[in-house]
Amino acid sequence: MTDLDATDHALLRLLQTDATLPASELGRRVGLSQPAAWRRVRRLADAGVLGRRRLHLDLEKLGFGVTVFLGVKLATKGRVSLEDFERAVSAIPEVQTVEHVLGLYDYRLRVVARDLSDFERVLRRRIMTLPGAGEVEANVLLSEERRPGPLL
Amino acid sequence: MLDDSDRRLLRQLQADPTQPVAQLAEAARLPLATCYRRLERLQSTGVLRGQSHAIHWPALGYTVEVSLRITLDKTDPRAFDAFLAAARGVPEVTEIQTFLGRVDVRLAVIARSMPHYQEIYRDRILTLPHIADIEALMQVAKIKDQPTLPL
Repeated sequence: MTDLDATDHALLRLLQTDATLPASELGRRVGLSQPAAWRRVRRLADAGVLGRRRLHLDLEKLGFGVTVFLGVKLATKGRVSLEDFERAVSAIPEVQTVEHVLGLYDYRLRVVARDLSDFERVLRRRIMTLPGAGEVEANVLLSEERRPGPLL
Repeated sequence: MLDDSDRRLLRQLQADPTQPVAQLAEAARLPLATCYRRLERLQSTGVLRGQSHAIHWPALGYTVEVSLRITLDKTDPRAFDAFLAAARGVPEVTEIQTFLGRVDVRLAVIARSMPHYQEIYRDRILTLPHIADIEALMQVAKIKDQPTLPL
């Protein structure tokens, strides 16, 4: 779906910052009637452009003080070991995202923990013991911002 | 402070942020009025900060995603700020993260194709200020993408 006009882009920008805006408010901000705004949002959702809703929680207030990105290299390769690794790593609750990548590492993981010693526990007991896990590099997240991306 | 009921509520909300409050109350085993009150309190104390829609870029033709891991030349004290300000000006950059570790900054960059990526990389990324080293990880697949907390 690439035939989006400037109004669609404006709607996407608004929904990127607040997914709870009602169609009436969306319409008001982009100059459409409520039903017209609703139809456009529906079309964007049906085309798969609107991805999942993200809930924004204050991690620190919930006691998760540390987010770490891990680059993981597999020690042994082969189809079976990839599948075993992916299944096992996805089952760890502290692992939020798993990306299969090409480059210096095979996988990129985003891990949340209560503090550095909690992270160490997750790393030693759950990540290092994964089937096939080899070299691991950790980078502690200091700040993060999401950008709107290539919208008009 | 959060109690077990709050945690139960947040767990249910994380699983499906779009569900109506009545359904949420039932799933979290709370009376409806209590559920409303707790949600309000979580919002007013800033624990619950809102909801946003992620854009699924491949549906708009952006099928390439690359993680660029960048080390900055830190001999210049303004390197971080200058780099970040310039990176914000590149529309294809969808995420900017700073780190404590071997890597200073990571940029997520999307493109329509490999030639398009190469163009962005050469014209917009390599021209960013204070880069000492740059490494690319190209995304093959997203295996898990659940930014939920183990509450």
